[in-house]
Amino acid sequence: MTRAALQALLSHWLRHPLQLLTLLLGLALATGLWTGVQAINSEARASYAAASQALGQGTLDRLVRPGGTVTADEFTALRAAGYLVSPVIEAQLPGGIDLRGIDPFTLPPSAGSPDLTAPDALARFMTPPGVLIAHPETAPAIRARGEAADTSATIPVGQAVGDITTVWRITGREDFDHLVIAPQQPFGLAPLTEVTDLEQVTPTSQNDIAQLTRSFHLNLTAFGLLSFAVGLFIVHAAIGLAFEQRRSVFRTLRALGLSTRRLVTLLALETAVFAVLAGLAGIGLGYLIAALLLPDVAATLRGLYGASVDGQLTLDPAWAASGFGIALLGAAAAAGQSLWRLARLPVLAPARPRAWAMASGRQQSFLAAAGIALLVLAGALLIWGSGLAAGFTLLGAMLVGAALLLPSVLTALLQALQPVARGPLSEWALADTRQQVPGLSLALMALLLALATNIGVGTMVSSFRLTFTGWLDQRLAAELYVTAQDSVQAAEVAALLDARAEATLPIRATDARLDGAPGQIFGVVDHQTYRDGWPLLLGDLTAWDAVALGEATVINEQLHRRSGLGPGDTVELLPGWSLPIAGVYSDYGNPEGQAIVAQSDLLARVPDISPLGYAARIEPAQAPALRAALVGLGVPPANILNQAEVKSFSLAVFDRTFLVTGALNLLTLGVAAFAMLASLTTLAGMRLPQLAPLWALGLTRNALAGLELMRAVAFALATFVMAVPLGLALAWVLLSVVNVEAFGWRLPLHAFPADWARLALWAMVAALLAAALPALRLARMAPARLVKVFADER
Amino acid sequence: MNVRTIVLAAVLALLAPGIALAQGFAGLGEAADGFALPERGHAFEFPRDHGPHPEFRIEWWYVTATLTGADGRDYGVQWTLFRSARAPTDDGTWATPQVWMGHAAVTTPDAHRAAERFARGGAGQAGATATPTRAWIDDWELTSDADLSEGRLTARGPDFAYDLSLSADGPIVFHGDAGYSVKSTGGQASYYFSQPFFEVTGTLTLPEGDIAVTGEAWLDREYSSQPLGRTQTGWDWFSLSFDSGDKLMGFLLRDTEGDLFTAGTWITPDGTTEALPNGAFMAEPLEETRVAGRDIPTTWRVTLRAKGVDVTTTALNPQAWNDLVFAYWEGPIAISGSHSGKGYLEMTGYE
Repeated sequence: MTRAALQALLSHWLRHPLQLLTLLLGLALATGLWTGVQAINSEARASYAAASQALGQGTLDRLVRPGGTVTADEFTALRAAGYLVSPVIEAQLPGGIDLRGIDPFTLPPSAGSPDLTAPDALARFMTPPGVLIAHPETAPAIRARGEAADTSATIPVGQAVGDITTVWRITGREDFDHLVIAPQQPFGLAPLTEVTDLEQVTPTSQNDIAQLTRSFHLNLTAFGLLSFAVGLFIVHAAIGLAFEQRRSVFRTLRALGLSTRRLVTLLALETAVFAVLAGLAGIGLGYLIAALLLPDVAATLRGLYGASVDGQLTLDPAWAASGFGIALLGAAAAAGQSLWRLARLPVLAPARPRAWAMASGRQQSFLAAAGIALLVLAGALLIWGSGLAAGFTLLGAMLVGAALLLPSVLTALLQALQPVARGPLSEWALADTRQQVPGLSLALMALLLALATNIGVGTMVSSFRLTFTGWLDQRLAAELYVTAQDSVQAAEVAALLDARAEATLPIRATDARLDGAPGQIFGVVDHQTYRDGWPLLLGDLTAWDAVALGEATVINEQLHRRSGLGPGDTVELLPGWSLPIAGVYSDYGNPEGQAIVAQSDLLARVPDISPLGYAARIEPAQAPALRAALVGLGVPPANILNQAEVKSFSLAVFDRTFLVTGALNLLTLGVAAFAMLASLTTLAGMRLPQLAPLWALGLTRNALAGLELMRAVAFALATFVMAVPLGLALAWVLLSVVNVEAFGWRLPLHAFPADWARLALWAMVAALLAAALPALRLARMAPARLVKVFADER
Repeated sequence: MNVRTIVLAAVLALLAPGIALAQGFAGLGEAADGFALPERGHAFEFPRDHGPHPEFRIEWWYVTATLTGADGRDYGVQWTLFRSARAPTDDGTWATPQVWMGHAAVTTPDAHRAAERFARGGAGQAGATATPTRAWIDDWELTSDADLSEGRLTARGPDFAYDLSLSADGPIVFHGDAGYSVKSTGGQASYYFSQPFFEVTGTLTLPEGDIAVTGEAWLDREYSSQPLGRTQTGWDWFSLSFDSGDKLMGFLLRDTEGDLFTAGTWITPDGTTEALPNGAFMAEPLEETRVAGRDIPTTWRVTLRAKGVDVTTTALNPQAWNDLVFAYWEGPIAISGSHSGKGYLEMTGYE
């Protein structure tokens, strides 16, 4: 009996292969997107963990000299006094490689160390000329500079570790940037602060990178969940249809003596098997998506936050299992309702496929109420909420609330149009369309979410880009930026620039703790460039006069938002040196606080700032000649940055940053289109009894198919119209709430109607494509089938 | 592999040659490329030879002390500075091939506390000088006057510290053939001399408080480039101070064949030495103790027929395990039998 029942049940799928494909594909797509996003997130987190261990910054305190360095003698003296400290030197290799010099003998174990266990590895590491250790992706760039490099996957991408002596040789220095303090100090020593004038600081841990990147990952996770939800709509539609279509089979089986329990078990088993198959396919798909997107995600994280993420994807059982679990869970959620109804079905209940489509209609008012509640919650969060989590909850409540309201709004809209209808056909079409809203509502909600996300994220990215480009144009005013190799060369560079350039602006900066977090202080000389080029968000141009006189400082937006300090307040720059704030400037792309002061004042307090950086103003046409002259002085070409290059580099970083967002946008839209296809195919089969009378009344099949197409486009258009305000609201929340929480800057919102028009076109194309197949079938349907409607029981 | 293991293993790889002797690890290259080799008939010169010998691969300053506290309890103290070189040169910069490792320990009847330090030469963080006579790593320091008659010894770990004054009441003694100490039948040898006559007064600082102590200390100085035969797996080293005033240094070198090589020095109260040929000094384990997951003999029968010595040595604390990067057993022992007294025992190579 079981066997026969199973055969009867499964034969349905043989007769409806497209339905089977829809079901499997929907579940696989949903699982795939979810798994892909999980894979990317877990890979990134693993990279942060590796970085935090490799850098040892997460846990250990340091000794630093504010604005200066630590000498070798100071290190030895502290060791001789019994304190366990270990020297670290940091440098940048051209090409943006962060080089760290360590002393493997004294580095505390918890500070992390490259793996030097291989025979001879430590000897090679510290014996001149010394070997640098870097990630396999980074090592070639180091070897290209003529340094020996060993590879280790535990070193983050873009970083290299060497012995103190090796880094000294490369940098020409013989001091340290800081001393790492071992967490456990020997017995009976006085507190470190009593024996040294170095400052003990707790460095910003790598956790901060995790903090900074949290919004990015939340973003991805939200995308993953959204795709999964959209996928679930598909699965729900496919499973629901299959159940309804098989009602007569169920009835027959039950009548033949199959128990309800066994029938439900068999169907649950069937669903589970599909879920397993689709889950496996989904995990494969997810791996593919992650592998394709990860390099861009890595580039994004590196460009935006300086967080190194390995571009290589490893298959982690954790996210594979999570993908599998979500596939099973999703199938269970989609099938649960149908199974529940089946279990309580009277043996001889009439088979009414139409009832299924209408059932969701009864929930419409309930959904609308829930939607309104969610929108109210979103409003409350906007007014009273704070923090990144609240920002994302606000986004979620807003999107889901609007989606839940959609069916009611569409129904109301169609009802409002009713009086406008002329003639029986259009009246019928409107009424019929309204009747279809419940059946299509899931797919339309998915479409609304996808469109709104597209509009919202697109608007955010474009607004960001527009603002960023304008800011770059102002900010990168000088034509050439030069970094000399040493102080002797710096003097030559300065002399050359004084002679040839219209103006020379020495750049002097020091690291400092601003408002308790790491930041930089820039010392500038008075020049019109700053008045022209540094966009002040708060304060007026007299701010620069005050800065030039040493009476005030201007700070960046990040410091302003984090500390709550604004014009009129006083900020402590170095211990014992505070200045009133005269203005706030925008400083996109920099997570740290910054302050600008008069250069002479900064140098007076921190005399040993490396005097190597210069900006030069010159006629753009003469820039190449000046550049050549600088190279003639022996300045490495990599140390001379052309304004144009910097701009194009910055924009390239920016564009790569949002490549992933774009890709996920497209994928979500694709899934939504698929949801529509699934729903329309489902409805098409069920609606035959409604269409057959019209055909019998003389309407051609082609005309009916045309009506179907028009209806799909109309639905898409109506949904799109509602998606625009929702998308704009989304963009506003992203720019003004989430951005401020995550990055510390607020961006103006720009509208891009041309983009919307393009998106509207895409939405209609998607709807047309989704409706095309059912419409085509209708157009080509054998008249006998339409006639059969009248002969059938229904 | 966690970070700690990585770091430890890395240092192990670097220092392995130096530790090979202390621990009896096999596998040290036969050839000592470029390093000086000990020669018979070498004339020592002081204070020069209290300082380092960078031309030799390994060298150590090794102090052990048997102490009695004002509280009546027995204590043991160890202080060791190892030098290990990758090449027989020292340019005095941070890139010098000379590296240093310090071990310090305090043993009480119910606790054994040990600490270690590492340093590169040239940084000034660790080193040794002949004039003034000084060996140090961080704030651990052994200083003395030029003839090793008066000195001071300090060290500090996470849970102990000590500060001891040393005062010698006897001369420096030379082991083997006037300081040329043979370590195997294959002829491997080291330069080896000692000051076994230190009287000690000072203070131990333990978590429970300061303890005034008095007792005796023994300084070993040894340097070589090629200390052990390839098959030698470990050693058991005894320094025994009898109540009669006589002293006995003896060691057993075990090898993979199960053969033993023994050597030793009989030292009379006036510092007259008598080198003991292979087989004269004998020690056999009587009792083993489970220490750090392995069985280690902590009670021994030590015999030297020529001098009528037949004694049993018992560890003050059988768990005197130096749980460091290079782990070994090192602790004070009590002597009973034909002679009585106190001493120190070092056992390496027990896997």
